Amino acid sequence: MKNRLKVLRAENNMTQAQLADAANVSRQTINAIEKGKFDPSLPLAFKFSRLFNKPIEEIFQDEEE
Amino acid sequence: MNAEHTNLKDRVKKNTRNLAIWTFAWVITVALVSFGAKFLWDFNETISIAAIILNLITGIGLILANRRYIMELDELQRKIFMDAMAMALGVAVVGGLAYSMMDITNIIKGDAEISIVVMMIGITYMVSIIIGNFRYK
Repeated sequence: MKNRLKVLRAENNMTQAQLADAANVSRQTINAIEKGKFDPSLPLAFKFSRLFNKPIEEIFQDEEE
Repeated sequence: MNAEHTNLKDRVKKNTRNLAIWTFAWVITVALVSFGAKFLWDFNETISIAAIILNLITGIGLILANRRYIMELDELQRKIFMDAMAMALGVAVVGGLAYSMMDITNIIKGDAEISIVVMMIGITYMVSIIIGNFRYK
């Protein structure tokens, strides 16, 4: 799964640690998601959606599409 | 924003401390049962049973503390721990049975010791956690 987390984070002037704070996960998790090494659960994806005020499909895209 | 993450960090810290305390208590009771029977109460059956019950109680505490520790990690950390547990369980079953068969077929001298299997599980668990953390670095 591809994601725009890093871009959105940069647009919002947030560090990985700040995004981790906001999403209540570790910085390691944010880093792994940004690098495409780990796909978040649906509740965490919704949390990012709320944090960036964007629909989930604007943050995460299926690579097969 | 910071409060939530602090809560996660604090929770992990608290659960780690809790797990360490239960692990220490359990190890102490294992030592008590193992050495106490010989050196402290001269194999008195009643005291041995009481010490084993104490060991089981602290063991249950350790299991629950470990469960709570894992459940309150974030989802990536939980996945790393779950993967490590799957590896450790696999090694326990496959490695343990192979070790037992080596005893039955007299490939190893002496009896198969449960402590070897426990060490195998522990090492597998630790190595798997290190590999998991490295993989998602």
